[in-house]
Amino acid sequence: MRIVFKTDYMQDIRPWKDRYQLVLYLILLTVVAAAPWWLDEFYLGELTNVLIWAIAGLGLMILTGHTGQVSLGHAAFLAFGCYANVALIEAGVPFLVAFPLAGILTGIAGVTVAIPALRLHGIYLAIFTMALSILMDDIIVLSEPITGGVAGKYVGGVEIFGHLVDRWGTPDQFFWLVLTVAVLVTLGYINLLRAPLGRSFIAVRDSEVSAQAMGIDIARTKMISFALSCAVTGWAGALMGLFAGAFNNETFSVLISIQLLMMIVIGGLGSIHGAFLGAIVIGFLPQFLSISKEYAGALFGGSTVAIPGLEFGIFGMILIAFILFEPMGIYGRWLKIRTWFELFPFYRKDMFKRQKSYLKTERLR
Amino acid sequence: MDNAQLLISGLANGCVYGLIALGFVLIYKATEAVNFAQGDFMMLGAFVSIGLTNTEYMGLPFWLALPISLGIMGALGYLLDRLIIRRLFGESQTAVVILTIALGFVIRFVAGLIWGHEPQTLQNPLAGKDLRFGGLVLGLEDVAVIVVTILLTWGLYVFFKRSKLGLAMQGASQNQLAAYYMGVPVKRVQGFIWALAGVVAGIAGILFAAKGAVDPTTGLLGIKAFAAAVIGGFGSLPGALAGGLIVGVIEPFASRYIAAGYSQIAPYALLLAVLIFRPNGLFSQVRVKKV
Repeated sequence: MRIVFKTDYMQDIRPWKDRYQLVLYLILLTVVAAAPWWLDEFYLGELTNVLIWAIAGLGLMILTGHTGQVSLGHAAFLAFGCYANVALIEAGVPFLVAFPLAGILTGIAGVTVAIPALRLHGIYLAIFTMALSILMDDIIVLSEPITGGVAGKYVGGVEIFGHLVDRWGTPDQFFWLVLTVAVLVTLGYINLLRAPLGRSFIAVRDSEVSAQAMGIDIARTKMISFALSCAVTGWAGALMGLFAGAFNNETFSVLISIQLLMMIVIGGLGSIHGAFLGAIVIGFLPQFLSISKEYAGALFGGSTVAIPGLEFGIFGMILIAFILFEPMGIYGRWLKIRTWFELFPFYRKDMFKRQKSYLKTERLR
Repeated sequence: MDNAQLLISGLANGCVYGLIALGFVLIYKATEAVNFAQGDFMMLGAFVSIGLTNTEYMGLPFWLALPISLGIMGALGYLLDRLIIRRLFGESQTAVVILTIALGFVIRFVAGLIWGHEPQTLQNPLAGKDLRFGGLVLGLEDVAVIVVTILLTWGLYVFFKRSKLGLAMQGASQNQLAAYYMGVPVKRVQGFIWALAGVVAGIAGILFAAKGAVDPTTGLLGIKAFAAAVIGGFGSLPGALAGGLIVGVIEPFASRYIAAGYSQIAPYALLLAVLIFRPNGLFSQVRVKKV
């Protein structure tokens, strides 16, 4: 167990605990960045997909994990970012301008949505955003001139400094593009949580009344949270569009919204690690299922037929298990394991137990 | 004449939405949690009744299968509370929301495994008969749906307003700790309400399966039922029914009088509008505390 003696305030809010931890993360980053040399093309594509999901997860994490606003409609913003990016590129804007702009536009759209949503609490907000996600499907069909409607859009490679970066032509470069975005977003996120703004997000999540008493403008905080969250989600959507190559109104369905929310719950709400861990689970679950199906088929001599809904069924069961036994997600479990080793033999069972609160109605204020 | 026909079919559909919304509201009234899997519960109830009644499965007589399937649904609701929801005591509402969404996936998957993915209808004594008033043609199933829904809503409303248990439920939701102190068996009350919601979902499922075809994705109707519950203001039983009727009536009229492409938006647009302008619904229960 490494104990860091802090001697000044700047040390207390450093983005890393100590130099050892920083070196560890740098090694991890180097290994991942070198992935094109030690992974074959198929798994590189899968890894790219996981990173894109992780970016989307980080986007939702800002809103749900750190500001406590449950959103079941983030697929709408994924779609918005994706279409904004493609529309800008088709209008002749270079990718390096179009991509950030797509995120910013999505952020603005998020704020527009947030204005009416600010009055809503918990479940109402979830239903509101869910309805929004369902409506997005129809909106995409209706705004056909921009979005291509049901036929959808096809997007090829994008040009960066004269290089053509394409998911199929140059998978390595595309992977690095995604990785760069992921690293930048993560760094921004870490610094956001060190800043007063990120801390006010957490204050709003934990208790709105207390946050207000500390002088936090709740409406403003929620708006900024929506803006940042939607911007990051928009970038993830733009990358998803490039990754898929073709998309239409059904690509970003309400199921994607639900999947996103479940992903960060499995990973662990309120932690940056959680977004990545959840993305790994989501990204490799289909692979894992197909491999296990082959094994099961080999063992029992059964046929490896596709069972419709199997993926979501298994996924639901995993999720129920997590909510019951590990509300803090994979990252929470990892924390417990690490603490056990660090404190050996002094770890106690209820160390991470949360305080229970008795329910009081929201209907009578 | 044409409009009246639309109205009747809209009302019958609206009653099904209203019944699912009743399930939401029941659970919300008593436990402050929202069961996102209520629509899938309805689908399960429909399939359970089909499995008992239809000749290709068990082939029991309809009037015998009815109470059995309702009993099964009630037991499922109770077990769900006993095994899963009760462990979430003292957790946030969000946990229950995510858990029930996941549960919906699991129910859909299991129903698909057992009964397949083909749309099926319930073989019932009312099928194919209709009443004629002048030029109006009323399917007997539609009439049954409307009558049963109104009776059920009224019964539950009286139950909550008058009976000791109903009042205990309201108390348990308004302040759990105070309810414990006053001797309300909060856990038992919660189990009972989940069982009741299961039974209501079973009734909704049977009526729906009698009216039209069900397949495992039917549970997605639950989203429209949300619109119904929100319009009625979560927490009012007659409001839930009224909301369901509004959504049900709007649908056929929208598809009739609004251009294609815009028509299916109507219920969701209504939902958003209600949430924006009257977040507590049209029949809300929110009262500002004096102290």
